[in-house]
Amino acid sequence: MSSSAQITETTLKELGDAAQLAVELAKRAGADAAEVVVRDGAELTAKVRLGQPELVQEAGSRALGLRVLVGARRAVTYTSDLRRESLEALCKESVELAQLAEPDEFALPPDPALLAKTYPDLDLYDPAVAEVDAAWALKQAIAGEDLARAHDKVTNSEGATWSRVLGATAFATSGGFAGAYRGSYASFVVEPLCDDATDPKNPKKRNGYWWTASRFLSKMESPEQVGTEAARRTAAQIGSRKVETQECMIVFDPEVARSIVGTIFSVANGSAFWRKSTYLLGKEGHEVASKLVTIVDDPLIARAPGSRPFDGDGLATRKNPVITDGVLAPVLCDVYSARKLGRQSSGSAGRGIGGNPGPTTSNLIMSAGKTPRADLLKQTSKGLYVTSLMGFGFNPVTGDFSRGAQGFWIENGELTFPVSEVTIAANFDQILKRIDLVGDDLEMRSATAAPTFRVSHMTLAGTSG
Amino acid sequence: MTTTLPGALRAPFAAGGASAIDAQLANRLLGHALEAGGDYADIYFEFRVSADYVLEEEQVKTLGRGITLGLGVRVTKGDATGYAYTEDLAWEKMVHAARTAGQIAAGGGHSPVAVSQITEVRAPSFYAVPMPSLTQPAIDKLALLRAADKAARAYDKRIVKVEASFTESIKEILLFTSDGRMSSDIQPLLRFGVRSVAEENGKRQSGSGGGGGRYGMDYFAQAERDAAAHGREASRVAIAMLDAVDAPAGEMPVVLGPGDSGILLHEAVGHGLEADFNRKQTSNYTGQIGKQVASTLCTVVDDGTIAGSRGAINVDDEGYTGQRNVLIENGVLVGYMHDRLSAKHYKIDPTGNGRRESFRAMPLPRMTNTSLYAGPHDPDEILKSVKRGIYAKRFSGGQVNISNGDFVFSLSESYLIEDGKLTAPLKGVNLIGNGPDVLRRVDMLGNDYQLSDGIWTCGKDGQSVPVNVGTPTVRIGSITVGGTQA
Repeated sequence: MSSSAQITETTLKELGDAAQLAVELAKRAGADAAEVVVRDGAELTAKVRLGQPELVQEAGSRALGLRVLVGARRAVTYTSDLRRESLEALCKESVELAQLAEPDEFALPPDPALLAKTYPDLDLYDPAVAEVDAAWALKQAIAGEDLARAHDKVTNSEGATWSRVLGATAFATSGGFAGAYRGSYASFVVEPLCDDATDPKNPKKRNGYWWTASRFLSKMESPEQVGTEAARRTAAQIGSRKVETQECMIVFDPEVARSIVGTIFSVANGSAFWRKSTYLLGKEGHEVASKLVTIVDDPLIARAPGSRPFDGDGLATRKNPVITDGVLAPVLCDVYSARKLGRQSSGSAGRGIGGNPGPTTSNLIMSAGKTPRADLLKQTSKGLYVTSLMGFGFNPVTGDFSRGAQGFWIENGELTFPVSEVTIAANFDQILKRIDLVGDDLEMRSATAAPTFRVSHMTLAGTSG
Repeated sequence: MTTTLPGALRAPFAAGGASAIDAQLANRLLGHALEAGGDYADIYFEFRVSADYVLEEEQVKTLGRGITLGLGVRVTKGDATGYAYTEDLAWEKMVHAARTAGQIAAGGGHSPVAVSQITEVRAPSFYAVPMPSLTQPAIDKLALLRAADKAARAYDKRIVKVEASFTESIKEILLFTSDGRMSSDIQPLLRFGVRSVAEENGKRQSGSGGGGGRYGMDYFAQAERDAAAHGREASRVAIAMLDAVDAPAGEMPVVLGPGDSGILLHEAVGHGLEADFNRKQTSNYTGQIGKQVASTLCTVVDDGTIAGSRGAINVDDEGYTGQRNVLIENGVLVGYMHDRLSAKHYKIDPTGNGRRESFRAMPLPRMTNTSLYAGPHDPDEILKSVKRGIYAKRFSGGQVNISNGDFVFSLSESYLIEDGKLTAPLKGVNLIGNGPDVLRRVDMLGNDYQLSDGIWTCGKDGQSVPVNVGTPTVRIGSITVGGTQA
């Protein structure tokens, strides 16, 4: 069964043809312009719990997204039904819907001269990932979970999950762009559980996890490494408690630091700018973060998880600065937001099946700093080392940031006891400007990546002393 | 079923459709699913048509429409589940999906279980919508967006930006199980939302309003939930927040306003009472049935039968009818929310909480409409009882860690309480607490219960389902407020 999951050149050609056909049908139905994305995916998920298989899910799926323009009026539609007569009906309906919209000149397709004529092969597909079958995946999962359960503090498990996604994307436009590429992605996560009877009157359970992921099977950490690390991280939380409310230094573990970097993009993109829904409005070319902060978005890294050979408008992709030595670069734009802001697209359009294109990140990377991680901790007299954040406490318009946090208390440069049920808060502008140490420990584990960094002070809310 | 739909909105698998599935075909498919030796199988057909309309910068800029069609096959063998799906309802594709799911039982060495004679589950009707909004002209929905935009702008000169959206869908499901049940349902859903941005002296703030549920266009007929009212509400919040000051940090009393505050309940106890976590002993509420887990003021109920509510279900995604389930009664834990798997484990009847996002995912125990029922106190009396604390009115969401019980929830409109009165509006702030601790600290409960106006979506294991929440005014004696003023 495994070999049928392989995405071949033939599949890519089929998808490209389906996209071209839909463009043609849309034009026949009365569209002045049409853009079509077709996605094909195959997933396999194998989950075990307490040594036994819990779930095996395996399926392939295909969907088509269509954007039509009638004059400058547009509609966006999608379907999972790719039969020709269904597509004809969808095209007709899309044109009718577009006629009800109001004209928006900014939404016209890009000038054909700007469309990518060629695009690079970024080596995003590993046939070995497609060869994995359920039995092998279950074996990996059992091996990883076993190692976690071997830890003397681990008493239960939320399981171990090995999964892979194979995907192919074809994009075609009436302006003349046609492209298709395929990608693979495999991941493995182990989630052990410990009982925490530190407070016998109020016993708790502590959960944690560790994971590995890559486009290439050979780049994944071994199940044993993942299981062992998952157990270590989970057991370390036993005895977690609140600390007193105070201003203190906050050190972000790379797992959390990358979510902060993701939050930066949410306020530093063309869409947020033209909508004025960001506190960074008018700050391009200005210092918005500490000089230690440099962030780039690079879609062209071979084999990387967030890479893409062309963007959702059909433009060539390129490496773009986001923040350079603390100064905000021109924000990432798709064609629409670039026009709204009176400039050129940065080739950063993403396009889902059922939506308008909009700026998205590819590989968003905060550069490593000069401070060895151990020194970074040693230089921290007192504060919170944050390993996870909870909740949605960020207002992009004002920059107010307040989120639940878990981690370890730092005393005289050492991690002492685990901390939970506290919040950390500050305005995001202050958080970025107060970054005073950046670790040298950048690892490209995921599409958004960052090293450890420290913020000189934030408000930690916990107990009232 | 009293709903009548035009052909394009009817599922192809429904009786009379292009690929109609009857009990005989279903039985054959179930037979293929079980041929490797599974002990239970179900096949779940789904057809969903959705549409969305977005207004920005005083223009309706995008109209969207989507069609999803597919079959999900589940086979269980003990506690193990095999799952597969297909979007192509050609017979050989469906058989392939059935056999793929059935592989979970391969090598077990048991002879196949026979498929039972199928009988239809008689489902109640909690959302009889004779004319779902999707059957109505798009132009009517554009008019609603314009009315909301106009009202939001007219509210105050300082409103500089308004976005309004309308989304609607009809989901038709058809389920057959190897133990002989067949069920079907047509589930209409609409949601209206407005977001306003206010600006003054370089300060910007946003506010939102909205609502919806399993209604037709009649939803907008009531004055407090017509399009203009939602527009004014979004602008009211944005303007009120212009004067927001930094929130305090530390433990203090918090008063939650009625309605949307149910989000706290959803996070603090709701998820912890979903039986899968308890079956696996990963929830803090494991083994607590019959024990006092909340203040005696608290009675918590999950109720899929609230007519028209966003979380209502006639029949869940495993063929069990929607029900009213008491979870906590006067502070004592009395029951969990179950799907088929957990109900079997606990040897009780399913509770109608087995829900899935789509045919691409297996059902899990999920909430429907979750409420904390009214208590004895006058809301004014509750407010007056607080010397210094926080009053929470609107929320942007929440999250919980099931295992240790810690939860957060984010306030988008809140006020300082000083000497029993609301004073300054506060900048966005998070509350963090521990579910069981916080419910024990509920020390006053209002007599003003309200159901929220249908805006919430709950995520679990990557699956989103529509839910609703409700509460009266609630006083929590002490909870950590995550502001910046230490």
